[in-house]
Amino acid sequence: MLQIKFVLLWSDLLFFVLIAAVVVGGVWAGRVEHLRLAWRQVGQSRVGMATATVLLAFVLVALLDSLHYRERLPGDQENYAVEVRSALDAALTGLRTRTEKTYSAPLATHLFVKESINKHAGPPQVFLGPLRGELRAAEFSGGDADADLGRDFPRLQHGGAHLGDDLAVHDSDIAAKAVKGLGLGLLGTLVFGLASLPLRRAAPHLAWNAQLVTVLVLCLLAGVAAVLAGDYHVLGTDKVGQDVLYLTLKSVRTAILIGTLTTLIMLPAAVLLGLLAGYAGGWIDDVIQYLYTTLNSIPGVLLIAASVLMMQVVIDTHPEWFATTAERADARFLALCAILGITSWTGLCRLLRGEVLKLRELEYVQAARALGVSHARILWRHVLPNVMHIVMIAIVMDFSGLVLAEAVLSYVGIGVDPNTISFGTMINTARMELAREPMVWWSLLAAFAFMFVLVLAANLFADVMRDAFDPRVVKR
Amino acid sequence: MLAYLIRRLFYALPILIGVNIITFALFFVVNTPDDMARMHLGAKRVTAEAIDKWKAERGYDKPLFWRSDAAGVDKVTDTIFFGKSVRMFALDFGRADDGRDIAREIRTRMGPSLAVAVPVFVLGLFSAISFALLLVYFRATYLDFAGVVLCVALMSISGLFYIIGGQWLVSKIWHLAPISGYAEGLSAAKFVILPVLISLIAGIGSSARWYRTIFLEEYTRDYVRTARAKGLPERLVLFRHVLRNALIPILTGAVVLIPTLFMGSLLIEAFFGIPGLGSYTIDAINAQDFAVVRAMVFIGSALYIVGLLLTDISYTLVDPRIRLQ
Repeated sequence: MLQIKFVLLWSDLLFFVLIAAVVVGGVWAGRVEHLRLAWRQVGQSRVGMATATVLLAFVLVALLDSLHYRERLPGDQENYAVEVRSALDAALTGLRTRTEKTYSAPLATHLFVKESINKHAGPPQVFLGPLRGELRAAEFSGGDADADLGRDFPRLQHGGAHLGDDLAVHDSDIAAKAVKGLGLGLLGTLVFGLASLPLRRAAPHLAWNAQLVTVLVLCLLAGVAAVLAGDYHVLGTDKVGQDVLYLTLKSVRTAILIGTLTTLIMLPAAVLLGLLAGYAGGWIDDVIQYLYTTLNSIPGVLLIAASVLMMQVVIDTHPEWFATTAERADARFLALCAILGITSWTGLCRLLRGEVLKLRELEYVQAARALGVSHARILWRHVLPNVMHIVMIAIVMDFSGLVLAEAVLSYVGIGVDPNTISFGTMINTARMELAREPMVWWSLLAAFAFMFVLVLAANLFADVMRDAFDPRVVKR
Repeated sequence: MLAYLIRRLFYALPILIGVNIITFALFFVVNTPDDMARMHLGAKRVTAEAIDKWKAERGYDKPLFWRSDAAGVDKVTDTIFFGKSVRMFALDFGRADDGRDIAREIRTRMGPSLAVAVPVFVLGLFSAISFALLLVYFRATYLDFAGVVLCVALMSISGLFYIIGGQWLVSKIWHLAPISGYAEGLSAAKFVILPVLISLIAGIGSSARWYRTIFLEEYTRDYVRTARAKGLPERLVLFRHVLRNALIPILTGAVVLIPTLFMGSLLIEAFFGIPGLGSYTIDAINAQDFAVVRAMVFIGSALYIVGLLLTDISYTLVDPRIRLQ
């Protein structure tokens, strides 16, 4: 009897479709000579291989986080928990469940804020365990300590709990765990290197060493984080005591999906209309041009804001459409992708139209027409394959901008559902913490750092892709 | 020239009408005014009277397009479409939810927006072009490579990070500028300096890299080779030939942005408490003040269309090869 029920959210489905499309597209590109050459150029570039590895690691996290399920509740009847979890949640159960009361700094053993601790109740270690509930409510503001009460930083429930009272070994414990993590990372790299040996033999010209170095760095970081995360909060905890590392890993899915699904949603319309406008000309061209000029002339943020406001009203007035909050958040997320897509398809459409205008007059298209090939077939066989490089470049170039846009939009309040964990919502909840004294910096910095690595990798990869696929770039 | 301008203005009209119809569809057809009223009044159980009152206060209690019970012209004019959308062409935006006249708000808030946006535009253009020139002068050296890497790194950082980090470092740690706020007149300078600086840093990465590619493309032209062949020093080739010719696409490309400077920047104004149109829009979005958002969409589109027109004109002014007919 299966103890879980798989849930396929719409965004998961689209993400899987996208990955399948990338795989199919990769196989197709491997068969076409000039595309194979372009891909080889990407593979030979050290930057290309390194950034592709980083991006793949992020995609892997997103993929794990897209396998959703609902746990079966105990009991004879077949009931399932309302909460939708993912494979990533299951893998990070420890991180998810070990919540503290509120802020704690990275690798800390004590809470970040002072609380009133009743000294008469016994020695401090009493509060570590089940008696914690006797603590008074946390007082965040300053003020003189009561005579009976000492104000101190209480021990964390989980962070460094294995140390007990022996806090003197805190630093050496972290160092020992870090060394262990480094060793684990090294081992992981070794295994990966051995496993990829056949690939190396098959394609000896590619920049495998750059990839191995990237894998080494990733494995070392992941190893240290994994070993330390067993006993500490590596990146601290946020206001409600959730582990920041867990939140950042969860945010990866939102970022990746918003960067890819948006383009996926807008792609069919942009390609179809771009091809039609360029190929058909006449009034069809006029209508399509009018359409994208009009959409383009509305400032992007305002169109997104207006659409998101309206979508919120629709979702709020129809609560009966969604069975779980996850589905609701997912619907909102997809709607956001669609809205972002509507505002961003115009650029690609215009590029395609211009290119097709040129292609239409080329000899091989003229010859096909003279031979009586139908318009649809000409578009499919002769025009579309020759504009695919523009589409591919547009997809990777748009990605980083969309990831950054998500954070800004969520910050403004027109982004993803507040319950969806994303870089934007993390930054949004962390902004108040900056005014605190001393400052709570870790959740902000963690979100920015992860986002920076993702966007930097995407930008560099996009550059390599453009250099390889764009025929206008002079090859040296 | 004048005939061309007039014709272009007529071309702009359908686009503006299209924008108007899109916003109208977005705000009134996707959701009925009843939905909006229910959303605004908040509670789950809202009485029908409350909804009617809300609609009447805002003039949403009319039919969408056609009023059959009215006489004469009123059949068309006394509707939501005419009252809320068509009137925008006469720059009549109605009132915000707090009862203030939107047009008046826009007029008073333009100043602070421009106080930030104009320095950002001018200085940003200047600094990005200078930086790109520097990279091009040292092209194919490690300096150039490092500069491009710096550009990519700068454009990979979230704009929020620049703002939050800048406020923290400059205002909180160094105490060099106020964290947020605004003052009229010359004293505005001290409030404006930090947002301008942050916008410059946030924007220089992508634009400098873009300008660098334009310069490099210009370098492959024949006349550059000729100039070198006749023995011109590299400095003169760069400044007298490449810079002048590459400035045409750069400056004409920037012209389209000039009218939209009026709109201000949403993020910068919201963070620094500058009472411009950007923060006005953000406040309206957060308060779900649909009338204000609708007005801003319309103005933004109109300004963008003006920008396109200015771009065309500037092309003819700087490039004698292009003639408008």
